[in-house]
Amino acid sequence: MSYTLEGKTGPWEIVVGLEVHAQVISNSKLFSGAATAFGAEPNSQVSFIDAGFPGMLPTINEVCIAQAVRTGLGLKAEINLWSRFDRKNYFYADLPQGYQISQFAHPIVGKGEIEVTLADGSTKMIGITRLHLEQDAGKSIHDQHPSKSFIDLNRSGVALMEIVSEPDMRSPEEAGAYLTKLRQILRYLGTCDGNMDEGSMRADVNVSVRKAGEEFRTRCEVKNVNSIRFVMQAVEAEALRQIEVWESGGTVDQETRLFDTARGITRSMRSKEDAHDYRYFPDPDLPPLVLEQSWVDAIKASLPELPDERRARYLALGLTPYDVHVLTLEKETAVFFETVAKGRDAKLAANWVTGDFFAALNRLKRDISDPPVTAEHLGELLDLVSDNTVSGSLAKQVFEAMIETGKAPGVIVEERGLKQVTDTGAIEKVIAEVMAANEGKVAEYRSGKDKLFGFFVGQTMKASGGKANPAMVNELLKKMLA
Amino acid sequence: MSVDTAAIRRIAKLARIHVEEEALPGLAAEFNGILQWIEQLQQVDTSGVEPMAGGGATALRWRQDEVTDGGQAEKVLANAPDREGEYFAVPKVVE
Amino acid sequence: MTRLTELTLAQARDALKARTLTARELTQAYLDGIAALNPRINAYITVTAEKALAQADASDARLAAGQGGPLEGIPLGIKDLFCTEGTRTTAASRILGDFTPPYESTVSGNLKRDGAIFLGKLNLDEFAMGSSNATSAFGPVENPWSRANDPAKRLVPGGSSGGSAAAVAARLALGATATDTGGSIRQPAAFCGVAGIKPTYGRCSRFGVVAFASSLDQAGPIARDVTDCALMLNSMAGFDPKDSTSVDVAVPDFAAAVARGVKGLRIGIPREYRMDGMPAEIEALWQQGIAWLKAEGASIVDISLPHTKYALPTYYIVAPAEASSNLARYDGVRFGKREPGADLIDLYEKTRAAGFGAEVRRRIMIGTYVLSAGYYDAYYLKAQQVRALIKRDFDLAWEKCDAILTPATPSAAFGLDEKHDDPVAMYLNDVFTVTANLAGIPGMAVPAGLDANGLPLALQVLGKPFDEETVFAVSGAVERAAGFTAKPQVMA
Repeated sequence: MSYTLEGKTGPWEIVVGLEVHAQVISNSKLFSGAATAFGAEPNSQVSFIDAGFPGMLPTINEVCIAQAVRTGLGLKAEINLWSRFDRKNYFYADLPQGYQISQFAHPIVGKGEIEVTLADGSTKMIGITRLHLEQDAGKSIHDQHPSKSFIDLNRSGVALMEIVSEPDMRSPEEAGAYLTKLRQILRYLGTCDGNMDEGSMRADVNVSVRKAGEEFRTRCEVKNVNSIRFVMQAVEAEALRQIEVWESGGTVDQETRLFDTARGITRSMRSKEDAHDYRYFPDPDLPPLVLEQSWVDAIKASLPELPDERRARYLALGLTPYDVHVLTLEKETAVFFETVAKGRDAKLAANWVTGDFFAALNRLKRDISDPPVTAEHLGELLDLVSDNTVSGSLAKQVFEAMIETGKAPGVIVEERGLKQVTDTGAIEKVIAEVMAANEGKVAEYRSGKDKLFGFFVGQTMKASGGKANPAMVNELLKKMLA
Repeated sequence: MSVDTAAIRRIAKLARIHVEEEALPGLAAEFNGILQWIEQLQQVDTSGVEPMAGGGATALRWRQDEVTDGGQAEKVLANAPDREGEYFAVPKVVE
Repeated sequence: MTRLTELTLAQARDALKARTLTARELTQAYLDGIAALNPRINAYITVTAEKALAQADASDARLAAGQGGPLEGIPLGIKDLFCTEGTRTTAASRILGDFTPPYESTVSGNLKRDGAIFLGKLNLDEFAMGSSNATSAFGPVENPWSRANDPAKRLVPGGSSGGSAAAVAARLALGATATDTGGSIRQPAAFCGVAGIKPTYGRCSRFGVVAFASSLDQAGPIARDVTDCALMLNSMAGFDPKDSTSVDVAVPDFAAAVARGVKGLRIGIPREYRMDGMPAEIEALWQQGIAWLKAEGASIVDISLPHTKYALPTYYIVAPAEASSNLARYDGVRFGKREPGADLIDLYEKTRAAGFGAEVRRRIMIGTYVLSAGYYDAYYLKAQQVRALIKRDFDLAWEKCDAILTPATPSAAFGLDEKHDDPVAMYLNDVFTVTANLAGIPGMAVPAGLDANGLPLALQVLGKPFDEETVFAVSGAVERAAGFTAKPQVMA
């Protein structure tokens, strides 16, 4: 059942395409040697090149090229061995050169695709039109002064990958799933940190609506949406607006809009009212970007395992679809899990990671990059469970102690004497004591009150300080009570 | 092709150069003189000719990804016509 | 004793090395000349006398210690398009205001590294857009030469490097940096009776040079003679990783090539350069040059550069298009002049209207137009294709010849009051020079004779990409044969 929005005139289909701007992970900028780190003092990471000073010239950063190619390969896309930089000309206070260096006619990466998984478990292919490299602009700050805007050029010149999708998405959910998957792939590849709060990933959302079976109608572009949730909200808000325009007999004008997150609506962008005429032309300061196939091949060979492949491998290990999903969502989680599972029972490892470990992360408000228990220690704990050194219930105690102390599980078991008792004589001795202390109950049991068996198990475990092997306790009790 | 005053007004806007209304006809006439002269290029048969975009070099050289620049806010701001602290300042922009 | 400012760069260099002359004496002689004549010639926008003398003292100290670079103690003028750290750089425009670069252009830095002394910043057409130096916001430059039959008439020095050529001709600098986008080194050198070379595109770094048209701009020297140009270019040239269009090739000893001779060289004479209405004395000079080279043992080859007539219109699309984008950064936000405005757009429009002169505004608008939606293919793309054909003409010509000889300009220097009404008539000044920029090849103007009014005329030598040595060899032969010794009427 496809997603539609109900208007006065009946159902409308939504058509969505996304242009995602992903900040490339690199030390220095695309065309200058200034740093890219987030949160620096204003204008402290600015070269004269980034500030568009007279006579300044761009030189390209090799890592940014490699990151774009790596991303292209991760999106199963064509890599163009010959690409070129163009200038996109427009005036804005945070665009120092008066043009943005971008790749208009000849992008470095061509067509690719992403498979997304939806909530109902179905999958859908979303086409990638292209990926190109371009410079970011600086930042305008409008709320610091009654009559002035402030300009910080730290971002100016930082490398972005603009990843353009086909208009293949048909619902807010699909747009969200696409963005989630794209972000996951970028993070797996290590080409973008996907940090939408810091603006290292932003989306321009192209939305139109149509009646079933129609050609595409006019679309609007909602600029610079900075979270997956907002993208989904913006799609719906913009689609509803357009439906209302069409249904009231109007026409939708192609325009650039902003998403007002507080009010949940889109509004026309005043500063972009000017007719766009970007006068693209090849940047004469930059000869063509030419790649060797062998260099591309070497990058391909060094690509990490991507989410789809990893997911398939985990399913083959017998993990549940839910565990696979949560374990592969973030690359760091998967790496953690694999360290825990290495040489051990994968299902047991998955249970511990998605169970007690995730619960601890939540409770302590930590994340996987700063785990309260290392993957190595958690693995060792699993070994203690497997070889019956500790029981399952004691293992949980040990785990908590590991969080508190940061010590290895073996050390904790040793120090606290938590080692499971599997010595038959020792357990028999405890049982004998329990029976002696509860002669009446023994008699009742022997006279047929079977329900009391649980009582004796509990007493025995309690008397052993929880250390007795529960299976052995069961077995010996049956024998001794008989 | 010839341009009229409306076209000149549009171009001046795109180029962000203020032009007085009364200067538009004169500029249009100059433009048309230059464009007419340029028009002779249309006589050249360029079918199948690969355009020459740059001045010569055929491939970009790549730079190492090292931080070698920046950390000079004062120098960057020193020539600014208006600044507020460590920021450049411009009349308030409404988005 | 010869006046100090009469020494050529090579002679001054030898005298400085021999300690028969100090850098301070030489620099002071030039500063005196500037003080006396610059108010009239207006070759300098900014004179940096104190810095020059301090540099001179430092040079003298190095020379006394037996050290110093190849240009140690040589006083030069710097075209005010090269950014010079700590010294105002204007591009002869109001829009840059008192912009003082916190960095040095690679080319001027190379000259400094080799010991050169900077006397100041030389006048030019605003943003190097012009062929007469009349578009400078700092006033026109006067050509130190004048017509024998009309000595009171003030003549243009050519452009855009008018200040560079006039300063060298009037002995206000021993040599000068210049830039050439469509003829801006060769045409003013020709008008002022001095030598100038535009090297191969990519030979000199563009880093720190205020950009006009990035795919055409190339720095080069203007100097008293061919050897002096070679000595300067040896210092100016060289690979620069900061310019992605700089080419990583070795810099040969250009000066050594000047005396090489032309025996056995094939000199191409392009028939398309015989323009309709070309003055008879230009044609005669060209024939004279052919005869000189033949006499020196070169063989003369008739060649064809069939797309020559399309070079100027091609140039007047490509150059303004690139300029319209290159000059977008002059917006009154980070440096330079700012005119107040009601809002940001108003600020931009008023700043740029007041900051740029008429010719610059015209070219920005032409460039904006040819790149704008609907016109790109008809103008810009077409021009790029014709440019490719012009380059191909040369590529084919090199199969038949080693260098090409042409006139440098279609006329001698004209009056300051002439040719300013019609932009196209002004553009025709570059008719012989502009092809070298479009094709990216080296070209040199060599003074070769005088017209009927006693004004200098020059021949142009074009060469293969990165074969400046042959250009110097041919130019050296022309210079020796011409024996050009005439001097301008106004001289320090």
